[in-house]
Parts: sequence; C-alpha cells; structure tokens
Amino acid sequence: MEIPTIVGAGLIVIGAGLGIGRIGGSAMDAIARQPEASGKIQTAMLIAAALIEGIGFAALFAS
Amino acid sequence: MTGKKLTFKIAFIFMLTSIMSMAEQEQVSHETETNHTETEAIHSGKEKQQQEIKDFVNHHLKDSHDFSLYNYTNDDGEKEHIGIPLPIILIDAENGVTAFMSSEFQHGKKVVEVNGKYLKLYHEKIYYTDADGTINYDENHHATNKRPYDFSITKSVVMILVTSILMFILFRNLALSYAKNGGVPTGAGRFFEPIIIYIRDEIAIPNIGEKHYKKYMSYLLTVFFFVWFLNMTGLTPLGVNVTGNITVTLALALFTYFITTFTANKNYWSHIFWMPGVPKPMRIILAPIELLGTIIKPFSLMIRLYANMVAGHVVLMSIIGLVFLFKNWLGSSLSFGLAFALSILEVLVALLQAYIFTMLSALYFGSAVEEHQEEH
Repeated sequence: MEIPTIVGAGLIVIGAGLGIGRIGGSAMDAIARQPEASGKIQTAMLIAAALIEGIGFAALFAS
Repeated sequence: MTGKKLTFKIAFIFMLTSIMSMAEQEQVSHETETNHTETEAIHSGKEKQQQEIKDFVNHHLKDSHDFSLYNYTNDDGEKEHIGIPLPIILIDAENGVTAFMSSEFQHGKKVVEVNGKYLKLYHEKIYYTDADGTINYDENHHATNKRPYDFSITKSVVMILVTSILMFILFRNLALSYAKNGGVPTGAGRFFEPIIIYIRDEIAIPNIGEKHYKKYMSYLLTVFFFVWFLNMTGLTPLGVNVTGNITVTLALALFTYFITTFTANKNYWSHIFWMPGVPKPMRIILAPIELLGTIIKPFSLMIRLYANMVAGHVVLMSIIGLVFLFKNWLGSSLSFGLAFALSILEVLVALLQAYIFTMLSALYFGSAVEEHQEEH
C-alpha cells in the first residue's frame, strides 16, 4: 500500500512541533533558574527553534 | 518624550496598515455581491465567493506585471483595473530584446504583436500565441505554448529598487548627520542606532569574533534592513510579497553562501574534508556529509524566510476572507479582530525573520573564520 507523502510531512511536522516545544520549555526552565542570563538563553533558543522550523517547512514543501 | 511620540507614531501607522488592507479586500466582496445578486443562486454564490477569495490569495502571493492598486466592476459588468503599468522586457534568441509597457496587454485581454509574433499575458506569464491568442494545454492543464525569457521590471523588482534607494538615502543621510552633529544621533538615527548597535554587539561579535567581525558588518546590516523593510512592505496594502518569492530568498541565501565559501580559512576546509580529532575511517564518511551541509545551510535559510512569509500571508488573507464568508455580525467581527491580531503578529514575524536570517548568516560566517589553536 502506498502511503501518501502528506502523511510523512505530517509526521515530520509533529516531530518539529515537539522539538520546538521542548526547546521553549527548556528555555523557560533555564530563564527561571538564571534570570540574569535570559538574553543569551533567548538568542540560543531562537536559533535552535529556527533550525527545526526549517526542517518543518522543508517537509511541508516536499509534500 | 520624543521616543514615546515616535513609538506612538509607528504603532499608529501599523494599525492603519491593517485597516487599509481590509479596505482593499472589501473590493472582492463587492464584486461577488453584485455578481451573486444578478445571476447566481445563494448556494453557488457562496462557492463562487470561496473560489474568488482563493484566487485573490493566490494572486496576492504571485508577482505581477503591473502595479495594480485596486479593481472594480463597472456598470457594464466589466472589470476595471486601476494601477501603474510596468515595463516588460523580453529576450529571445530570434528577436533579441523587445520592450513595451504592460498596459498593452490590458490584463491579458489583448494580444500584443511584436515583430510579427503574437504575445499574450496568461496567469502572469507571457506566451507566444497566434493572432487570436489561443493557449494550448496538455493533459494536466498546463499551457504548452513557447515562452520568451522574461526580464520584465515586475512589481517585486520595483519594490526591491524602491527599498534599495530608500535604504541608500536613509543610511547615507544618517551617516552624514553623525559627522554634522558630532556623533550624536538625531531624528531617525535615534530609532536606528540601537538596532545597528544590537546587530554589532549581539549578533556579529559573539558569533564571528572580535577579530574578524568588521568585514562582515556591512553585509549583515544590509541584509537585516533589506529583509526587514521588504517584510514590512509585504504587510502594507500595496500587497507586494517580495520576500515571499523564492527567487528573492534564493538570491539572498546565495550571497551568504558565497561570502562563507570565499572568506573561509583553512580550518573551515579541514573541518569539512579531513575532520580533526576523529578516527580515520570516520573522516571519509564525514567528508561528504559535511560537504552537503555547506549547501543545506543556505538552502534552509532560503526555505525558512520564503515559507514563513508565504504562510503568514496565506493565513492572514484567509482570515480576512472569512469576514465576507460569514456575513453576520458575530462571525465577521470575530474574524476582523482575529485578522487584526494576526497582523500585529505578522509585524513581529517580519522582524524575527530578518533577525534570524542575519543571526544564522553571522553564525555561518563565524564558522568560516573560526581559528583553532589546539591540535586534536
């Protein structure tokens, strides 16, 4: 049976969503623990989130 | 005091923007309304409206050969377009260069004759046709007519030129004003100085390093403001979706790729082809992966900016379209509020995407000039 590509894209998007959620959650924890480093944590968080987001979009366009 | 005033002014302009994009959308509803009352039954009228909204969104996402401001249906039931025609430049092996204004096409209604050949504008693409303007299709409903190479000054090109000129004048005057006032920012400088300092201190120096950051600053600042300004013009009622055009983001990503490749030092290349600190057989496996990585990095830059802008525009336009599908005071006003909130979110996304593009470019430049003292 052939699985449509959109299903694969959906799986990747679920993965990307979970990944970004984890990054956001960890960043929250880190900021709560060290509020003075919030600027640096935010920057690192945005980069990581953007990299995962790229994968999500690539999956959407491949489908 | 002036800072507060400036913030207020900017906020006000943004608010005006979102309201005005609604005003532009109003036209669609008006057209369907008249068509619907004249000919169609209620049910098919709704479907037609859905189709019309879809077409409007697609049209908005596409580049176009004329700068149309708005259109309406006149008393005879014909569509009237109001806008500025733009020059069309076509290059062909046989005919050479031909140029004329896009108004000659009359939005695809008329066939233009150039040097004995007939040209027709069809879905924003120019095709060679016969004198009647027949378009042939294959089984997938794609046109099979031949096309000349299209080097036209389209809407996106106009907007890119306008933004470039605006940036040049703005930042040149800014630089000159510093010399005149003895290093104190005035006017627009008060708004832009913190942003420029932020890019230097928070993006360039931490990622590239004190030693090398200066030669990349011009590119990072240019790309940041270019992407930001174009993202913002995409949200204005002019409806120019420049950064939502994959060719534009491809060009920007290629700049980053070439700068990374041509300014890289020997450490960068040794990390790609002969990774230090890993076992020998592993290095052979890693080399192609790393080499592929150099292309994937700018590729993801391209996709990210393009997809974010397209997704934002599609969602925003669809939500605005809902206003005309609901046609009752509760649903329509809810959609209106949602569209307003989304517009503000899009303003944030416009800035965020420009920031991320600059940030990741700086990261890649940093990896290109990184120096490793320690020997593994």
